Amino acid sequence: MTVLVYLLPVALFLGFAGLVAFLWALKSGQYDDMDGAGERILIEQEPTNKSEIK
Amino acid sequence: MSCCAPGAEAIVEPDTLSQDELRHAARSLGDGIAQIDLSVPAVHCGACIHAVEQGLSKVDGVVSARVNLSTKRVSIRFLEDRSPPLVETLKRLGYPPHLFDDADLGKERTLTELLRALAVSGFAAGNVMLLSVSVWSGAEGSTRDLFHWISALIALPALVFAGGVFYRSAWSALRHGRMNMDVPIAIGVTLAYAMSLYETFHHADQAYFDASVSLLFFLLIGRTLDLVMRDKARSAVLGLARLAPRGAVVIAPDGSREYRPVGEIEPGARLLAAAGERICVDARVIGGTSDLDCSLVNGESWPRRVEPGSLVQAGTLNLTGPLTLEATARAEDSFLAEMLRMMEAAEGGRTRYRRIADRVSSLYAPVVHLTAFLTFLCWMAIDGNWHKAITIAIAVLIITCPCALGLAVPIVQVVAARRLFERGVMVRDGSAMERLAEIDTVVFDKTGTLTVGRPRLANVIDIAPGMLAIAAGLGAHSRHPLSQAIAQAGSGRAGVPDFEAITETPGFGIEGLAGGSVWRLGRAEWALGRDGDPQVSGRSGTILARDGRECAQFQFEDALRPGAMQAVRALQQAGKSVEMLSGDTEKTCRDVAESLGIPRYEAALLPSGKVTRIAEMAQSGHKALMVGDGLNDAPALGAAHVSMAPATAADIGRNAADFVFLHDSLEAVPFVIAISRQAGKLVRQNIGLAIVYNVIAVPIAILGHATPLIAAIAMSGSSLLVIGNALRLLGLQRTNSHDDIVSPATALSVTAEQA
Repeated sequence: MTVLVYLLPVALFLGFAGLVAFLWALKSGQYDDMDGAGERILIEQEPTNKSEIK
Repeated sequence: MSCCAPGAEAIVEPDTLSQDELRHAARSLGDGIAQIDLSVPAVHCGACIHAVEQGLSKVDGVVSARVNLSTKRVSIRFLEDRSPPLVETLKRLGYPPHLFDDADLGKERTLTELLRALAVSGFAAGNVMLLSVSVWSGAEGSTRDLFHWISALIALPALVFAGGVFYRSAWSALRHGRMNMDVPIAIGVTLAYAMSLYETFHHADQAYFDASVSLLFFLLIGRTLDLVMRDKARSAVLGLARLAPRGAVVIAPDGSREYRPVGEIEPGARLLAAAGERICVDARVIGGTSDLDCSLVNGESWPRRVEPGSLVQAGTLNLTGPLTLEATARAEDSFLAEMLRMMEAAEGGRTRYRRIADRVSSLYAPVVHLTAFLTFLCWMAIDGNWHKAITIAIAVLIITCPCALGLAVPIVQVVAARRLFERGVMVRDGSAMERLAEIDTVVFDKTGTLTVGRPRLANVIDIAPGMLAIAAGLGAHSRHPLSQAIAQAGSGRAGVPDFEAITETPGFGIEGLAGGSVWRLGRAEWALGRDGDPQVSGRSGTILARDGRECAQFQFEDALRPGAMQAVRALQQAGKSVEMLSGDTEKTCRDVAESLGIPRYEAALLPSGKVTRIAEMAQSGHKALMVGDGLNDAPALGAAHVSMAPATAADIGRNAADFVFLHDSLEAVPFVIAISRQAGKLVRQNIGLAIVYNVIAVPIAILGHATPLIAAIAMSGSSLLVIGNALRLLGLQRTNSHDDIVSPATALSVTAEQA
């Protein structure tokens, strides 16, 4: 059962990291426009400078 | 993309939004940059986002523009001193913008709070459940104790953070001496945690940490979905064009003109109302003549002519000529504000209604708590082991904790609201659907509800085609609704001469020169040039005259709203009595009532008259659905058991109504009733399922066989069952959605029979 000593913290840490990531996304406004986010990936960005290759 | 086709959505034509209003609504961010949020209901897809953002960012003075597709808003940052032509640009792009009220923006914070609580409880539920599975599959001794302690540690913040939502609600209910579903939830969750902690201390083999957090998690899912749905409907209604003006141009004593918000306009102030603007306070005309559209205010279908000395009411639309006005009342003493007060006074019927969930929980909670207490007493009597007795009593509380019951009602309402949302109907209040299922009478307003509120040429066949073409050519130059109706009826016909020197005389008509003759289209006495002739001035209708000789006479009727006939018939077939209440004249009301087959109608009613009629119905035991759009309907909308308004309705009517339908067709009314009935049926089924679950699970718990494993399976199982049953509403409707569109009558009568 010694394997639990590091397995448990690792499992909990991963879960906790997921939670923090979600809370961060929520706070930074990524859940403000759920419909728009999906559509935006289809919008072609105008190249910001000439050196950019299509 | 088809979704972006013009006219795909609603029929609302927003009034023009002036630069002045825009500047007032924008807020400064410092550094000479200001930000404004505008509602753009026409935005539908990715291409729309791109068009709006690209179009705006090319405008000189715009710093950035970002579209939010969910709320259909665009927030623009621009340089304050430039005041770029935002409105014109958006209109040119095909996305007419308008301002919206952001008074209750605070509600959006609740959603973030709920999502955060959901995340925390989800994390806790997942991890605690994993540890519990290890315990159930045979962890023993110190390993089991370790797992229990970690579970306790994870569950505590979840309980505080996610459970706070329920604790607050339960506490406020108890403080007011009421019972709601959150009381047994709060008690059950807390006791489960406390007992598990005690057991963990004493190295016992059973702990209910997983039950308490997964319960919170499930219930929060239901609540979040409910809030998301209501937020969506709310922001859609908020995004509709505001019809009440926010201010007016005030003429100072020294002749200078300045835009002032409504609240700052004092009686005696001189105001300017341009053609196409709404009048913002009660006032007297002191200069200019024009025609006023009063349909939204008092239900009259035809425009009224005003001249110096006439009194005008707040909310009327100035159609043809500019007017100079003298304010006679402050905004808060105006007609609009009076309607608002009457509406608040009339809203008694609404607050008396208790939601099904509350009625059930007021019975459920005492029964459950009494059962748990009796279980404790019985076990004490049987073997006197108080530890065992308490453990079993708490197990009863946990297993009866109303997980399924807490989801039974909201989940159905979420699914039903989504169905309605897809068909352009916004539900503003969850209990509205429950109330709608109870109604036996449907009361319609006439102008703007049963009819479109726009005139249509009635006697096209009597008019010589050549004359119609000439009248249409002339009428196209005026924004008077009657001229517009003639122009529409005669559009596309050949033989329109080229008019020169077109002049409009507000309140009388329009005049033009063609082929050496003077053509006039307008009131009889003016068109024929015989002012003050009693024979002529009494004539109604509009006349086309050539050099003072009559060429054609036009009669108008108010066009019926599409689907009005079908809607009335469907309602009558479903056994509802249909009635019409209007502020318009007896004759026009009779015509509309007869053509739609409405047996009962009352004409020339004041706003208070409508409220009285609805109160009479309530007293004689009838429950009425009121469908109306005007300012004068707002008090009646508030008084009725449940209410509905079209998107074209006046602001306060829209805000008072439980349902708002965005599409033209009146068939939304029977459709909403049908969905509400089905939703009501599913709610009752769900509550039944939850009770059956309890009938099976409670004896097991009372006998002391409810292990944490059984509790977890039973609770998740019953929740899934309830959710699955609610989703049937989606499938049910999808399969016969074709029938719905062809004939809501069949859908409604079918559900009426089932009920």
